[in-house]
Amino acid sequence: MDLKRRSRLMQQFIFVGPTSLFFFVIVLVPFFLGLYYSFTSWNGISRHVEWTGLRNYIHIFTKDPSFLNSFWFTAKFTFFGLVLTNLLGFMLAYVLTRKLFTRNVLRTVFFVPHVIGGLLLGFIWQFIFVRGFASVGQATGWSFFNLPWLGTGVTSFWAIVIVFVWQNAGYLMVIYISAINNVPQSLIEASKVDGAGRMQALRHVTIPLVMPAVTVCLFLSISWSFKLFDLNLSLTKGGPFKATESVALNIYNEAYTISRFGMGSAKAMIFFVIVAVISLLQVRATKKREVEL
Amino acid sequence: METTAKKFNVPLLLTELLMILLALVFLVPFYFLLANSVKSYSEILSDSSALPTVFQWNNYAEAWKATDFPHAFLNSLVVTVTSNVLLAFLCSMCAYKMVRNNSRYNRILYVALVAAMVIPFQAIMIPLVQIVSRLGVMDSTAGLILAYLGFGAPMTVFLFHGFVKSVPIDIEEASRVDGSSPYGTFFRVVLPLMQPIIVTVIILNTLWIWNDYLMPSLILQAPALRTIPIATYTFFGQYTKQWDLALPGLVLGITPVVLFFLLMQKYIIEGIAQGSVKG
Repeated sequence: MDLKRRSRLMQQFIFVGPTSLFFFVIVLVPFFLGLYYSFTSWNGISRHVEWTGLRNYIHIFTKDPSFLNSFWFTAKFTFFGLVLTNLLGFMLAYVLTRKLFTRNVLRTVFFVPHVIGGLLLGFIWQFIFVRGFASVGQATGWSFFNLPWLGTGVTSFWAIVIVFVWQNAGYLMVIYISAINNVPQSLIEASKVDGAGRMQALRHVTIPLVMPAVTVCLFLSISWSFKLFDLNLSLTKGGPFKATESVALNIYNEAYTISRFGMGSAKAMIFFVIVAVISLLQVRATKKREVEL
Repeated sequence: METTAKKFNVPLLLTELLMILLALVFLVPFYFLLANSVKSYSEILSDSSALPTVFQWNNYAEAWKATDFPHAFLNSLVVTVTSNVLLAFLCSMCAYKMVRNNSRYNRILYVALVAAMVIPFQAIMIPLVQIVSRLGVMDSTAGLILAYLGFGAPMTVFLFHGFVKSVPIDIEEASRVDGSSPYGTFFRVVLPLMQPIIVTVIILNTLWIWNDYLMPSLILQAPALRTIPIATYTFFGQYTKQWDLALPGLVLGITPVVLFFLLMQKYIIEGIAQGSVKG
């Protein structure tokens, strides 16, 4: 009996132990340490960590317009990023589940930007916005290409949105394609027999049945755009004049550019709470709309 | 637009043409990148949308040297492969036991892992660096891999957990009756059954780890340890606006992952679709 218990404990230790340990050391401990630092004025170097209570939090909400600005930027960005990537992703999926000759090649083309990391994509697009667009603008005279793309706050915002949509729509397309393929063809046929047009079949049969995929895609696009960092860093560095600084980049700058680790930690905690709340709300909201077959 | 036009395939053909056009627009950034990567600096400045007149292959040789490409590539490869193998191996074991042994510790751990999935990296990065340096693995490949194991664990365990729940327990009991040890049962019976989800996990983690910039930038300092994103970033800092060097550097940087994708396309697409069902 005792031997059996020991063997069970041993198994638990061998199977679950390593992952628990790494998770504990790399995620849990830093998370709670970060929570602690958020109540201090620690600068990352000094031995002495001074407890300051809620002062960092109060400062952020009352005297730190840069954080609130980055927050507003991120919220706007998330909204447009989410809507546009999902619309484009779904549209591509809807068309590319039809019997086109070049279907597989097209799927590859739309997906390929996603495999390249955000940092490199940002640099590639920096060249396109600065040189490429200008040269197309000269050739065609279209004012769209002659805009100072990375020069003003508004155009830089849209520049990041464009690259983000280009990067991620293909990924959502893949998810939507697999969901659309799982809609039983018989249901579509039945709705057509009942007199539904293509659009009606889409609205009343396909979309309700792919709601689980919508949940997933919304979740993914929210979390990507909320955590926007690499692309932001390499494309605009948050500029011009911090107009396109995402929350993630703002926290990074607070900690590593001006070495206010305590303040950075407080911002990170606020960020965490917001990400958590939004994720929960979104999953709950779309889960309700899912239809069980 | 289309009501009873199904017999004619004209609308379908038009759709196809439209999609091809859209696909070409999608590819335009790659055209700019590739065409200008073989131009001279003055030619890039004079007209960046034209095709190159003289091919300056030398750009590539210089970018290759300036980024120390072979080193960066090798570092990225070592970090990605090692983290992947360990994550898949350790997390599959963990998730399996968590499903099969519903103890209180395992239930709490599962809840903690799922909850941790919403923690943004910025919320742990500051103390994480401190801990990594306390452990004495700062500025080392091992430290970076360790960080990926911890930060990658929640998602990876979650994916395995969902899969194990759908694996019937009967086969395991049969193997147990045949005299196999719990470890033997896992490695010889359960692990082979988990192959589809292992592929998914490896693909998702590869896309993430290979392209990650922030984690290695915090943990690595020595130039010899740089991964591709880090090498590209420092390279860009040095050669800002020197596009005749920067663009071939970027092409080198994206080539491995694009080739990997084109070769493994089928698995990657399936893996993502699989992963999203659980996510």
